[in-house]
Amino acid sequence: MAFGLYSLLEAMLLCLNAVCILHEERFLSKFYSDQRGFGEEAGMKTQLLSLIKSIRTVMRVPLVGLNIMTIALKLVFG
Amino acid sequence: MDAPSGFRHPGGGPRRGRGRQAHGPQNPQLFQDTSTVPQHPQGGYEQPPGPGYGPPPQQYAGGYGSPPAPGYSGSPEQHYMGQQLFQDPMAGMAMQYGTSLAGQGKDLVQKNIEKYVSTSKVKDYFDVDTVYVCKKLGLLVFPFTHTEWSVRYQEPVTPRMDINVPDLYIPVMAFVTYILTAGVALGIQNRFTPEQLGIQSSSALVWLIIEMLVIWLSLYITNVQSDIKYLDLVAFCGYKYVGMILSLVAGLIFHSGGYYFALLWSSLTLAFFLVRTLKMKILAQPDGYSQGSGSKSALYMLVFIALVQPLFMWWLTSHIMFVKAPIVNLSGGPY
Repeated sequence: MAFGLYSLLEAMLLCLNAVCILHEERFLSKFYSDQRGFGEEAGMKTQLLSLIKSIRTVMRVPLVGLNIMTIALKLVFG
Repeated sequence: MDAPSGFRHPGGGPRRGRGRQAHGPQNPQLFQDTSTVPQHPQGGYEQPPGPGYGPPPQQYAGGYGSPPAPGYSGSPEQHYMGQQLFQDPMAGMAMQYGTSLAGQGKDLVQKNIEKYVSTSKVKDYFDVDTVYVCKKLGLLVFPFTHTEWSVRYQEPVTPRMDINVPDLYIPVMAFVTYILTAGVALGIQNRFTPEQLGIQSSSALVWLIIEMLVIWLSLYITNVQSDIKYLDLVAFCGYKYVGMILSLVAGLIFHSGGYYFALLWSSLTLAFFLVRTLKMKILAQPDGYSQGSGSKSALYMLVFIALVQPLFMWWLTSHIMFVKAPIVNLSGGPY
């Protein structure tokens, strides 16, 4: 399977979009309610959730720009 | 030689005529200027028309201000020196300025790159010598007899000091060699075009990046307490290219049987090597307290990392090798 670097960038962009689109109320709150204990038990779920949260916080605005750029590129170059 | 000595600047006390190292605080020279360059005594400036290189540019700020023209008006030595090294003193000064500017530019670029990629740490990984490379390659092919897998702790650790230190030289070289070997293999099968080289290299690079991301994410999510550095991970993921090269070469020489045998052997040795090495790094921390769940998931991570490598090795080489059969048949029948 011959991927190029551009395919990798596209795939990463799509995955980041997917993470940012997850619905807070309907979906993510179910995972929040399970464990909210502080302390040193940083289990896998907590780590994953904090990762998702940080991606959503950080990448919301740059993703808009990246999406616009990718759409423009696809329009021009097909 | 009284006349030249009479022109010597009283404060600086430089030596004349022979190779000078420094004319004093204003104009140090960094090269052996073997021409006799008399200096005019005017003002506080010492302006040898054969310029010195290199020194900090602040020192020349005053030097550029004074044009050499007044210095040349008076004395006959100036004429003699005008035919010396640089006919045009302005060119000499321009060269000085350009050199200092280039030095500044280099520092600026270095500082900016340092923000994104820590170049000094990367340099440590390339500090290898021949003995290390040979021993490491031997270790990658046959790790079963090696006994001491931990790194003797010295900071900073370079590959020269200890054979167990991961390096980046072997992965980079193995990557390039793999691309070339893949080109050879494709050429033997008459499937080679120059674009294939680019396609293969970018494809392999993409898989490497994907693997790096997956492993780094998994390490972060399972919250494994280890001090394994990111570049170490790149190095460990790059060692499989050695196995891939061996598989390709064996496949070229011995066709399918050789390819699969070499693939199995490389997978085995690489898995063994990685498990032994990473065990030292990932599970090395429990001195007093042992995190129960932490070390268990660390173990899973370790096994996962070690086992995913053969998968990648097979994946990346199989599409180069798999059209062997038609070529073998074609050579027999009419075409």
